Amino acid sequence: MYRYDNHDQTLVEERVAQFRDQMARYRAGRLGESEFLPLRLQNGLYIQRHAPMLRIAIPYGMLAGYQLRGLAKITRRYDRGYGHFTTRQNLQLNWPDMDDVPDILAELATIQMHAIQTSGNCIRNTTSDQFAGIALDEVEDPRPWCELIRQWSTLHPEFAFLPRKFKIAVSGATTDRAAIQVHDIGLRLWYNEQGELRVRVLAGGGLGRTPMIGDVVRDDLPWEHLLTYLEACVRVYNQFGRRDNKFKARIKILVKALGIEEYRRRVEEEWVHLKDGPQTLNQAAVDAAKAHFPEPDRRPVAESAIADFERLRSENRSFARFVTNNVTDHKVPGYKAVTLSLKRREHAPGDVTADQMEAVADLADRFGFGEIRVTHEQNLVLSDVPVDELEVLWRELEALGMANPTVGTLNDIICCPGGDYCALANAVSIPIAQALQERFEDLDFLYDLGPLDLNISGCMNACGHHHVGHIGILGVDKKGEEYYQISLGGNATDDASLGKILGPSFFREDVPDVVDKVLKVYVEQRHEDERFLDTYRRIGLKPFKERVYA
Amino acid sequence: MPDSLVHVDHLIAHGELAAENSWCVSYDEEALPEQRPAIVPLGLWLANSSDAELAPLLASDTELTVSLAKELKASPLVAVNFPAFTDGRGYSLARLLRERFAYPGEIRAVGDVLVDQLNYMRRCGFDTMALRDDQHPEDALRALNAFSVRYQTDVQERTAIFTKRLENS
Repeated sequence: MYRYDNHDQTLVEERVAQFRDQMARYRAGRLGESEFLPLRLQNGLYIQRHAPMLRIAIPYGMLAGYQLRGLAKITRRYDRGYGHFTTRQNLQLNWPDMDDVPDILAELATIQMHAIQTSGNCIRNTTSDQFAGIALDEVEDPRPWCELIRQWSTLHPEFAFLPRKFKIAVSGATTDRAAIQVHDIGLRLWYNEQGELRVRVLAGGGLGRTPMIGDVVRDDLPWEHLLTYLEACVRVYNQFGRRDNKFKARIKILVKALGIEEYRRRVEEEWVHLKDGPQTLNQAAVDAAKAHFPEPDRRPVAESAIADFERLRSENRSFARFVTNNVTDHKVPGYKAVTLSLKRREHAPGDVTADQMEAVADLADRFGFGEIRVTHEQNLVLSDVPVDELEVLWRELEALGMANPTVGTLNDIICCPGGDYCALANAVSIPIAQALQERFEDLDFLYDLGPLDLNISGCMNACGHHHVGHIGILGVDKKGEEYYQISLGGNATDDASLGKILGPSFFREDVPDVVDKVLKVYVEQRHEDERFLDTYRRIGLKPFKERVYA
Repeated sequence: MPDSLVHVDHLIAHGELAAENSWCVSYDEEALPEQRPAIVPLGLWLANSSDAELAPLLASDTELTVSLAKELKASPLVAVNFPAFTDGRGYSLARLLRERFAYPGEIRAVGDVLVDQLNYMRRCGFDTMALRDDQHPEDALRALNAFSVRYQTDVQERTAIFTKRLENS
């Protein structure tokens, strides 16, 4: 885990004092509503449908047990005793009192946390792979690089008033679990044939009302230049991104309008003047960043313990299901990563109670070196569990209602807060997720369907990433009525693709039936062991369309 | 649209409230104002560059070419306009002027200049900031000094935080 030094701690504390002052000036009428707006947004404070909403930053999804306990305390004292993990690996509080926000920020600072740049037209929280540092297919741990980017982007004086929000994701593995192709900037760490670390820089991806896959700006950037190159990329966007139309202000529109060659030319031209400047990284700086993410002190796990685990797995069907779906292989033999499901029918996807937060923090201390990761699928991960403790952990999670053995299945729905909470939403999304989870809860059926991403957004801002769901559901508003548009074939990983709209939208109550028909076509048409996505790619939209609109 | 001729009540200069503020700002693209000294739109300044009591006003969408940067060096003062406080292009302009083109004179922020932007402006190379008239100067000075630390290098700070940390450890 990254630990603050005096510099980091001073910065967040001064930020709290600054916001307290801004809030006081706003309440005293010395700061107008429209002028306070970007200031509060850059401190994570939204005004939502029912109440303010506070979005707390969880840099690249990494949380320590003591931080999660602190968050639990904050939700009890200042909110309604629960929080909501988002697709950007952040935590949202849905019911804080606006005047409490400076105090909440002050409490966050005591646990080395903040809400800086979780919103607003600035560089947002950098996201990454939830299996960073432990994945079998990792070539470079992205966390130190994310941390360097976090520091570079936090309160950057030149980029606090960009044309629009700006999101960066980093992957260091051969499989992309950070959706880098659908970010404003996506970064892929890789090694060339000479064994030198290089960065592939993509720009112009994104979802929202004009979804696009990012283009490669620079394939083989030497790592020393990461920050200066990012500075050039964002500076070109700051200067030339559209500011006349909010809906055309994202970098993807600029890259599309200029063409990737011209965008690249401008970036390179800018970078010539920044290259080798003071922000150029060196080995000592990177080593210092890496020292914050040491290998935990893992005890050796005996071969016999691994054999015992396999025996337990074969004897206990429920445990076996959990292992198959929620447990991921680890680079160290004898260790596993465990995904804790935040998907239960009685709660919105991603919601966690304060009691659960504390319990998870305890489990992290007992089983996972006090570390928790937040996934962009709105689940939590314990990243370092010895196999001989898996069964005990599983029983504890069962008791907490966090052992749903459905990770990666249709039931593991990504879902934005939708019209129940969000002022931007055109339609509710949580009740759609709940209706689908109720309809498709039979585990044998879910397992038979195999890996399936179903993503729901309540408006075209696409916080629920519906464009990259194998099945995507988008709430739309037609003359004050809620309807739902369904798309198929989206994918957020390596071979990223955007879903295609099936056809006219549906009434809310019909959505489960429509999904059922889509699944039936898949089951009838699939080849053996073929994923939903691959069947769709092979047979196209037409058979689905014919069945659904028959 | 601002009045075509603006006298600024409060000017922040080099981190303090300036006692004197003689420059007025004219947004009139067609005609020169009577008053001197005056900051005028870039086109007018280029056409009247022999008048030493005029200074150029850069619009936020100005494309800062090498030749333009060279011409600007003739003026001891360059003003950058913020048509709206949310328009962040002026920050990049100031950094480019200062860092890439080594402009030696005074860079002034004018227009929609608010208390809470001053710290960023100073870090990007503005020497002086002409506060919008409704802004409280005491708030401005407090906001300007809200931070004693920073993560990035900028026009003033040329040593990266990661370098400083290594030096201190």
